[in-house]
Amino acid sequence: MRRVVAPAINTTMPAGVDGGRRRMLKLMAASAALAGSGCSQPPAEKIRPYVNMPEGMAPGDPVFYATTLLHEGHGVGVLVETESGRPVKIEGNPIHPASLGAADAQSQAAILTLWDPERSRIVMHGAQPSTWSALLDSLSTQLREEAGTQGKGLRLLSGPVSSPTLLAQIGEVLARFPGASWHVHDPAGCDAAAQVARRLFGRPVRPVYRLDRARTVLSVDADLFGPSADGVRNAHDFMQARRGEPRARMLALESTPGLCGAIADLRVALSPADMEAALDAVASRLGVPAAVSPQETEARPAWLDSVCAQLRSTPGACVVAPGHSLSPRAHLMAWRINAHLGNLGQTIIPTAQQLPTEPRLALQSAGAEAAGTGAAGIGTSGVSPGTLNELVDAMRDGAVRTLIMLDVNPVYDSPGALDFAGALSKIPFSVHMGLYRDETAHACDWHIPMAHELEAWSDARSIDGTASLIQPVIAPLYGGRSPHEVMDMLADTRTAGAHERVRAFWRNLWDMEDAHDFEQRWDEALRRGVIDGEPAGPALNLDARALAAQVPEEIEPAPEEGELLAVFVNDSGIVAGRHANNAWLQELPRPYTKITWDNAALLSPGTARRHALRNGDVVSLSSTDASAKLLAPIWIVPGQADGVVILPLGFGRRHAGAKAQGRGFDAYVLQDTRNGAARRCLPLCLQPADQRHALAVTQHEMGLAGREPVRIVSLQSSNADVRGSAAQPSLYPPREYDSHAWGMTVDLDACIGCNACAIACQAENNIPVVGPEEIARGRTMHWMRIDLYHEGDGGRTQFQPMACQHCENAPCEVVCPVGATMHDSEGLNVQVYNRCVGTRFCSNNCPYKVRHFNFFDYADHDPSAAAHANPDVTVRQRGVMEKCTYCVQRISHARIEAQKQGRTIRDGEVVTACEATCPTQAIVFGDTADPHSRVSRSKASPRNYTVLAELNTRPRTSYLARIVDREAAPEDGDG
Amino acid sequence: MPQLLERSEVLLVKLILLVPVGLLVLTVAGMFWRTTSPVEPGVAVSQPISFSHKHHVGDDGIDCRYCHTTVETSASAGMPATGICLSCHSQLFRDAPALAPLHESMQSGKPIAWNRVYDLPDFVFFNHSIHVNKGVACVSCHGRVDQMPVLVRRQAPDMQWCLDCHRDPSGRIVPLDHITAMGSFPALSDAQAERLVQSLRLEDSRRLTDCSTCHR
Repeated sequence: MRRVVAPAINTTMPAGVDGGRRRMLKLMAASAALAGSGCSQPPAEKIRPYVNMPEGMAPGDPVFYATTLLHEGHGVGVLVETESGRPVKIEGNPIHPASLGAADAQSQAAILTLWDPERSRIVMHGAQPSTWSALLDSLSTQLREEAGTQGKGLRLLSGPVSSPTLLAQIGEVLARFPGASWHVHDPAGCDAAAQVARRLFGRPVRPVYRLDRARTVLSVDADLFGPSADGVRNAHDFMQARRGEPRARMLALESTPGLCGAIADLRVALSPADMEAALDAVASRLGVPAAVSPQETEARPAWLDSVCAQLRSTPGACVVAPGHSLSPRAHLMAWRINAHLGNLGQTIIPTAQQLPTEPRLALQSAGAEAAGTGAAGIGTSGVSPGTLNELVDAMRDGAVRTLIMLDVNPVYDSPGALDFAGALSKIPFSVHMGLYRDETAHACDWHIPMAHELEAWSDARSIDGTASLIQPVIAPLYGGRSPHEVMDMLADTRTAGAHERVRAFWRNLWDMEDAHDFEQRWDEALRRGVIDGEPAGPALNLDARALAAQVPEEIEPAPEEGELLAVFVNDSGIVAGRHANNAWLQELPRPYTKITWDNAALLSPGTARRHALRNGDVVSLSSTDASAKLLAPIWIVPGQADGVVILPLGFGRRHAGAKAQGRGFDAYVLQDTRNGAARRCLPLCLQPADQRHALAVTQHEMGLAGREPVRIVSLQSSNADVRGSAAQPSLYPPREYDSHAWGMTVDLDACIGCNACAIACQAENNIPVVGPEEIARGRTMHWMRIDLYHEGDGGRTQFQPMACQHCENAPCEVVCPVGATMHDSEGLNVQVYNRCVGTRFCSNNCPYKVRHFNFFDYADHDPSAAAHANPDVTVRQRGVMEKCTYCVQRISHARIEAQKQGRTIRDGEVVTACEATCPTQAIVFGDTADPHSRVSRSKASPRNYTVLAELNTRPRTSYLARIVDREAAPEDGDG
Repeated sequence: MPQLLERSEVLLVKLILLVPVGLLVLTVAGMFWRTTSPVEPGVAVSQPISFSHKHHVGDDGIDCRYCHTTVETSASAGMPATGICLSCHSQLFRDAPALAPLHESMQSGKPIAWNRVYDLPDFVFFNHSIHVNKGVACVSCHGRVDQMPVLVRRQAPDMQWCLDCHRDPSGRIVPLDHITAMGSFPALSDAQAERLVQSLRLEDSRRLTDCSTCHR
């Protein structure tokens, strides 16, 4: 990689200069000669017009396609912007219920994965490149053998599947091989929650939260807004409830600071063991039947009373959301509390997961479904998938002869105690399909490159059951195949590929004889990005007696003296390892630690003090029976519960590509299973290892330092005005605007710190990735950075999106010797790359530190980087300063369109990339010269203030102060 | 005091001292060469098909927009797809050897690779549609293509040339129904030119000369 190599050249330079005057002169002469002769003219360019112009297409004009991306198998609707057939940017789909116009960081970064040159390209047989037809031969021989035994030795392993077509295909495979079975492995999911839901409902069920209807949300270590199939929707809904009257409250019990805790009105740091006790206490105080009353030895904490009172006061309009770290027992308790409070069917909709119908049943019920329910694939009985544990047991027993793995990587991302790799080595015939030749691919007989979601036809359901189609926006770049093709091979059905397979499924389901009607409905589904008239799964009811009849499991043993409680969490960037080779997500600072390209074992300040550890000290973590061990650097996180070690998953990849390989540690090694479920929380031992590890961190100082970059107003206080005094005198020239005057507000009360805007900005503005070495030198390039502030040690935290403030009295402008940074007639502080000579004076003089310098040629020049670059934005070269432009290309586009129609730009016509993707609508951009624009109304709020107002820079970006609901939190809450 | 160096040695020293100067000149020349476009003004560029604008525009009177279809709606004027050429040439001059690449393109599905004549730097974002919609005639930048058997760029498209018009568009714009006209423009009085500027609602020259108008 260029950027990693480049600094090395830099370090050799001083040696040459030290060599003396002669050597220096030689170097000068050589470089002068090089400068004169080593360059080339700009390349002569070709223009290649279409042979036949597609209808409605104009070169240079973007075309948007509605499609669906998968998050742990569930659909999230997106719009993909393509430029001359190249996908360049992903936005949310306003019609799709899991997006509502917003897209999270992972969805947007899918563009980079699509174009990743390190993706798998060829069929591999062991370590040898092979061909698709060789695989077909080998597989059909194997399947014929399996067919002789009814497929007793055949196992299918996939991630969670919501695709109706794929589920139907799994049903077909199971019909052909009645002895075979299908297993699901979901490393990012929560086995405990799935186990409990299956016991309660008798089938896989997920709770769908309707936070817009909630007045009180109690998050018990739940990552409601994190990267998942419903994170964006939850964030949108909760903020909608919070803007309502009365204001919804967030109460958060957290083992480590999370996105819920950042906006919580009451936040308490607890270890998962204490949370279970707290849930018990809440249940018994609320009078939940069959609640275990805990022995109340300690003084009752005031926050517990407050939590109970608030839940009790909002029956049917509250949510108790348990997180991944809790035991099945606690998840059961949460269901009981929610049922007791009448939340089920109101704020929590238990939604059945779609299952493959058994083919015999499907035949019988086909007529009934078409006539009546019409719900695709929602059979009352279906084939429930087995778990990974059951599969590994069968593999150990020698019962598995053929294992087909679709888009899973269990060799890496299954609990270390399970030893999947050991079990896999016993399988005579194994096939792996995936985007990368990963750890599992290396351990399998065959590997098939998979087509990306943006390259192949398929369909999906969102968590709430809304069906949508997945349409390719580009032909497979690296010859990948669709899982539908592999399933067709297994089921021995001959179809003309994924497109025909998906169409045939829906044609059959819609039962449309008339080809024209079908085409119309199909086109409508493609155009809108959701399939209308497809009912979401039936809402399930939970029988109160069934709930009470469940015997609570034994409480997880508390860690013994000298042990700590490890909590395995999904990384906020690369989740459970699926996105590990995505450089945008690797370089995205983690919300609370601001660590990039790496993970660290997170400790509370108290725990770190007890073990005499500093940030970056390496510790040895081992399971209590010392069977598994790993070395990990630690990072201290204020606000974390004492006695807890947070281990982010997804790092320490052995085979994944240059961006992922060898970064961080693999926490799965320590993970264990219990009762067939991967444990997210278990005791372990910690020993200092007398080593240091340098972590690349983007923000080192998180204190407020007596200034007020973030401000707070009280909900109850009548005097909640933080607006500054009148304009101060200034030596800067006065500025007048006769047309537009662009401005932005960021509502700190709505910002959840999810980083979606940072990735949106990176994708829109061709912001390069610089690598960990450069980050460690402080050379970050993110135009939009999310600052984090702590109020005191472990006190309230606040995120603050910080990009160029577009100051009216801009300190950068007056120091630029070449006029490369200027004010334009609409108030933008513009950076003119072709004038910039790289003095960096402007960055030195910027009080907000939002300017970024290209110390090297960071912008990759490999063809794939050029392919997904936004053609409306300059790719900056070495030696040039850059910063937020308020998405000037979008302003230009809107201006040109308005000018052509002979009108002015309407409010809401210019939407910056960060504003477009914010799930909580915290960012508002518009014309401040128009008193009726959204941004003007927002700036009129008494909560409006500017950062570092005392410098009189008069920024155009202002912030709305955070609102604190003092009634929600008693004195002893951290909150 | 005896001379330190012989006469010939002095010459050598002088010559050596000249080397840096020479290198400097070379560097400047190299940089100049590097930053200039490969296509010089007034130099004809060879094309895969010897297409004559003179024949199509001047002799046949085909409107610019027949081939450059998106010039009024998009940033790019649009190069004609093979299909557009064939809308006439499937009948006319079908067997002309010069048109062989055209039929080959349609058969193979591979586009014709034309050589770019007008090439702006990558940090300049030019939009055809707004210029055409605001009365900038094709001829004002591209010259009398109706008299060019081979397309030749008249002048270097440098910033000064753009700014001349952006600073003072009045008198350089034409009524919208004359946008694609080549020679016959109505003579406008000063008052008429002023009215034209007003009716086209041109932005003021301050806006038109902002950096952000062309650079992003």
